[in-house]
Amino acid sequence: MTSGFIPLFGGVFTLLLVASVVGFILSRRVVSETARTTVANLNDRIKAWWLMVGLFCVAFLVGKTMTILLFALTSFYCLREFISITPTRPEDHRSIAAAFYLFIPLQYWLIATNWQGLFAILIPVWAFLLLPVLAVLKGETQDFLPRTARIQWALMLTVYCISHAPALLILKVPGYEGRNFLLLFFLITVVQLSDVLQYVFGKLFGRWPVAPRVSPSKTWEGLVGGGLSATAIGAGLWWITPFTPLQSAALALAIVLAGFCGGLVLSAVKRSLGAKDWGTMIEGHGGALDRMDSVSFAAPVFFHLTNYFFAVL
Amino acid sequence: MIADILIGLTRFLVGGHARWRGCAPEERQRIYFANHSSHLDTIILWAALPKALRRTTHPVAALDYWGATPIRRFIAVRVLNAVLIDRSGSGDPLAPLRGALDDGHSLILFPEGTRQAEALPGPFKSGIYHLAKAHPQAELIPVYLTNLARAYPKGAILPAPISCIVNFGAALTLTADEIKEDFLTRARAAVCDLAEGQSQ
Repeated sequence: MTSGFIPLFGGVFTLLLVASVVGFILSRRVVSETARTTVANLNDRIKAWWLMVGLFCVAFLVGKTMTILLFALTSFYCLREFISITPTRPEDHRSIAAAFYLFIPLQYWLIATNWQGLFAILIPVWAFLLLPVLAVLKGETQDFLPRTARIQWALMLTVYCISHAPALLILKVPGYEGRNFLLLFFLITVVQLSDVLQYVFGKLFGRWPVAPRVSPSKTWEGLVGGGLSATAIGAGLWWITPFTPLQSAALALAIVLAGFCGGLVLSAVKRSLGAKDWGTMIEGHGGALDRMDSVSFAAPVFFHLTNYFFAVL
Repeated sequence: MIADILIGLTRFLVGGHARWRGCAPEERQRIYFANHSSHLDTIILWAALPKALRRTTHPVAALDYWGATPIRRFIAVRVLNAVLIDRSGSGDPLAPLRGALDDGHSLILFPEGTRQAEALPGPFKSGIYHLAKAHPQAELIPVYLTNLARAYPKGAILPAPISCIVNFGAALTLTADEIKEDFLTRARAAVCDLAEGQSQ
């Protein structure tokens, strides 16, 4: 077991316990109809958090293979949600099947076998070329470019990008051997706390939306308040990372900004497809992709910054 | 148990969440009729019903496909509780369906008769009209299945994991003097109406 496991998860569980108690008290206190809906949604989210943290905790305890499987399953659900609300044609069946049955297992297998070189190019090069070939053999030219692009986008985002989170386990950071799980913990904690804190700051002080047509609930007040708090928490976690406190703060800030951009971009994608949520899988959260949107942008950024500045081949 | 495994596997791959938009899942005699685009349609629609209703609801399946191998026949008859229909044309193909309705049971029908690659259904065959006329007590419930043409089109070996939704609409009634063609057009339109606002 990685050192620091017990205090870290102890801290997360305490946080959730406090949140649950606050949520329970709020549900007894509120009277107005809108406040009641907000609190009910908050409590649904907290309940889902318990489940997600529990899963993550089990994966940590069991080890690398379990963690990789958990993320592979997450990619599966996110890709399913993405393709489900994206218009493709029956002729695209083969390229969609290849995305699911070939590229998800292959991408995560490459992580399991530490094959970093091929991991980095499998989807941007090989899948990029193969998917349109599978579709073109069906001979349907109507909307060929948008159809192909949608599937490629879906695969890049939900499989390639998300797989960079468990890929942190294979980075070789000198003097940090055997502790890579904590890098993953750092990423997920900063990204998710940033989402939660932006939501909280936005609800309390939000006035000026960043992009009103894309996502009216994302405000400058939420971004600055939540983002800075999450950065501060990231800096405070420097002792579990190979970074100095200042480096830790800088990387946390990069995670926060990338995560915010991911949320914004995926909101726009969702709107262009005419949907409000990606799915109905998680009570109070919408679909799996509604929770992973910020991770999908933050994971590759954090992976490559850490790889470039701290890791050796 | 086999039913649970089959339902679990189908849910994992293609979802099949039920949306009761025009009626509620009640224990009444009904004829559910839906658009048909894949072999999964039968399982998906049947699995979308609450367990209590499944016991007395029979999907209508083609004998030439579901009766072709012992495994298919087992799944159709023993697991899905299906009534097999002979499309080859000898005798009255609707006879087994009438039998089920006479027992007070419900049916799941695909009135197009064959699988279709498009999002909207093709023209309906007349079987549903004859059944509606002979069994006016059974409610006619239109159902629209999203996405299955993309998830498991004709000729595909494996279904691709694309979630589909089972939309149940409001009951239709055959009016006393309605002619066959009008009724079939109206029934098809009721299924198409449910496709509105669905992503496909």
